[in-house]
Amino acid sequence: MAGRRPLLGALLALACCAAQAAAWKLTLIEQADPPAWERQQLERAYLGHSGGSLKTAVALGLDDARFETEARQTTLALQTVAGNSLEAAREQARQAEKSGAQALLVDLPGDWVQAVAASVQLPVLNLGARDDRLRERDCLPRLFHLIASERMRADALAQALASRKWNQVLLLTGNAPDDAERSRIAQAAIQRYGLKLAASKSFKLSTDPRERQLANPLLLTGGLAYDVVWVVDGQAEFARALPFNTASPRPVVGDGGVVALEWQAQYERYGAPQLSRRFLKASGRPMQAPDWAAWVAGRALANAAMTLRQASPQGLREALVGVNVDGSKGVSLQFRAWDRQLRQPLLLSDGQGVVAQAPVEGVLHPRNVLDTLGADEAEKLCKVQP
Amino acid sequence: MPHTMQKRPPHRQRPPLAQQAALALTLALGLLQSATAQSLALVSSEKDNAISVIRLSDLQILPAIPTCKRPRHMQLSHDHQRLLVACSDSAAADVIDLHTLKSVDHIPLSDDPEIFDVSPDGRTFYVSNEDDAALSFIDTASRKVVASVPVGREPEGVRVSADGKTVYVTSEIANSVHVIDTASRKLLKTIAVGQRPRRMALTPDGRELWVTNELGASVSIISTAEQKVIATLLLDLPGARASDITPVGLQISRDGRRAFVSMGRANHVAFIDVASRRITDRVLVGRRAWGLALSQDEKRLYVVNGLSDDLSVVDVPAARALQTLPVGRVPHTVVLY
Repeated sequence: MAGRRPLLGALLALACCAAQAAAWKLTLIEQADPPAWERQQLERAYLGHSGGSLKTAVALGLDDARFETEARQTTLALQTVAGNSLEAAREQARQAEKSGAQALLVDLPGDWVQAVAASVQLPVLNLGARDDRLRERDCLPRLFHLIASERMRADALAQALASRKWNQVLLLTGNAPDDAERSRIAQAAIQRYGLKLAASKSFKLSTDPRERQLANPLLLTGGLAYDVVWVVDGQAEFARALPFNTASPRPVVGDGGVVALEWQAQYERYGAPQLSRRFLKASGRPMQAPDWAAWVAGRALANAAMTLRQASPQGLREALVGVNVDGSKGVSLQFRAWDRQLRQPLLLSDGQGVVAQAPVEGVLHPRNVLDTLGADEAEKLCKVQP
Repeated sequence: MPHTMQKRPPHRQRPPLAQQAALALTLALGLLQSATAQSLALVSSEKDNAISVIRLSDLQILPAIPTCKRPRHMQLSHDHQRLLVACSDSAAADVIDLHTLKSVDHIPLSDDPEIFDVSPDGRTFYVSNEDDAALSFIDTASRKVVASVPVGREPEGVRVSADGKTVYVTSEIANSVHVIDTASRKLLKTIAVGQRPRRMALTPDGRELWVTNELGASVSIISTAEQKVIATLLLDLPGARASDITPVGLQISRDGRRAFVSMGRANHVAFIDVASRRITDRVLVGRRAWGLALSQDEKRLYVVNGLSDDLSVVDVPAARALQTLPVGRVPHTVVLY
């Protein structure tokens, strides 16, 4: 009996793998020449902003799974296209679906993501848009989010402030397109974690003496008592110059000072340096937060594809819902069933290293502590369920 | 021949200074029998470029041994005269003389070595190279890399079979154990295990290979004859969630009856009955329990805690921690000598 077992095992192995051979086609759609890739923007390397095309990161994620995918005779081929408008990106998505792609990965502005996801039946993996509405009122059952939502990032910062008892927050909000909405999200997080809004002010990036009340950090931050400044600045230029320029010697968080990130290349734990090094070798630049989202998308797609015998968009969508992925952040990650957001720890960084991690120690949740970051199930903010 | 996590001899060892004469004699006889118990615990510290030294008789901390950069895995040489230390940032193994407690040699290893094992004849080092995703074969005589076998990303644990014919390597990213034939230097098989496999131990009869899955909160048990997973042991701890149980260190007792698994962030060590594959005890130790080593008489278990920079001394029969001792920053491996 013992002698027969290996043979039987070998036969079973053959049967499994012959049946599982599957060729997957994936299409990455990115914006052609986005403002974030202008030379000066890239050189400034604002924390959390794009460091360039996500093609290399997705390919690395797929390649990291090569030993496993090859063993199951599964291949995943990645094609990249770039669109210069919402309409162009939507057309590219339709073309990709027509030519047999089983999934789309998108690094596009929020409204483009929504338009693309609404125009196809394929699973769409959002790599770059942090807009909460894509996870809430505009959510779709086939739209998966690898990048964290703005609310997750705000919750991460609020947890860190609460754990330090830096309760009095001075909130400064800019006038970039999403700043008002992001400021609202920050205020909700401040309230959720029992912090107090010492004051909320708008700022403007300007050197015009007539606007100095709006533009001068000392005037904006003087004459008030607060523990910490939280700056909401999508452009990040004002926020970058704010730390050490406040009227009171107080730390800065938000889009300057300490920022909540999906990844930071200096992160030292859980095998993170190996991933950062692999990415640097493959791309020639340090791994930024959106690169991690793209890499983990490749890992998640490979893991999901390996469980399937045939390449089909519907099968893939179902497999992604149940997938477990190792994101080199110390815990196994999954998509939340209620909004298809990848639950994940966030790293709080000043750009020189990781100063804290969220969820912070001591924060509790009845099921999964990672669900203290972002919209939870009971809120039912995404009404569209599969 | 026992094949446990820290390869240790089936005999007692001597303290470094006491028995030089006896040592010469036993060496001359080609025997390494002695009635003396192990005397020191040696703990590599990734951030101090040093090895902490603890005297076991009274648990006193002795001066640390300076070593090369980022020391991680360590094991005794086959003659038990030397300690071999893999230094990830020096791309070398430091060789420490156990009598003088000083570095006496450097063996170049390929880039970013993390863990290694040595062939039974002592001639070849098998080294996992984290960044190159390869297992290197290093000839100890010529000190050259004689072969490099590509494996899955972030290879970690390395374990050679008792007959020296097979070497097993875990890949943290590929969620697999690779089976490599040492003669042909070829990858024979890739066995899918749990998420983020780390360390391995062979049962003394060589029939089972146990593998810790850090993100799977489990141990995969592989039949070495069938080269497949025959059982998966899920680790649990009352009051802890599976996501907080991140097993890494693993050792099996000489009689093959018990296994000891460090549970990482769950801050416990699990004692496992090998035959029934059940956890019998869970012992609280320090933060992120990591490498571990069992004393010669198997009455004490020493566990390094990666996030609290200390070493827990566990009373095995009583299944409880006795004492905790500070060691260097980010301790990785403990070896008893």
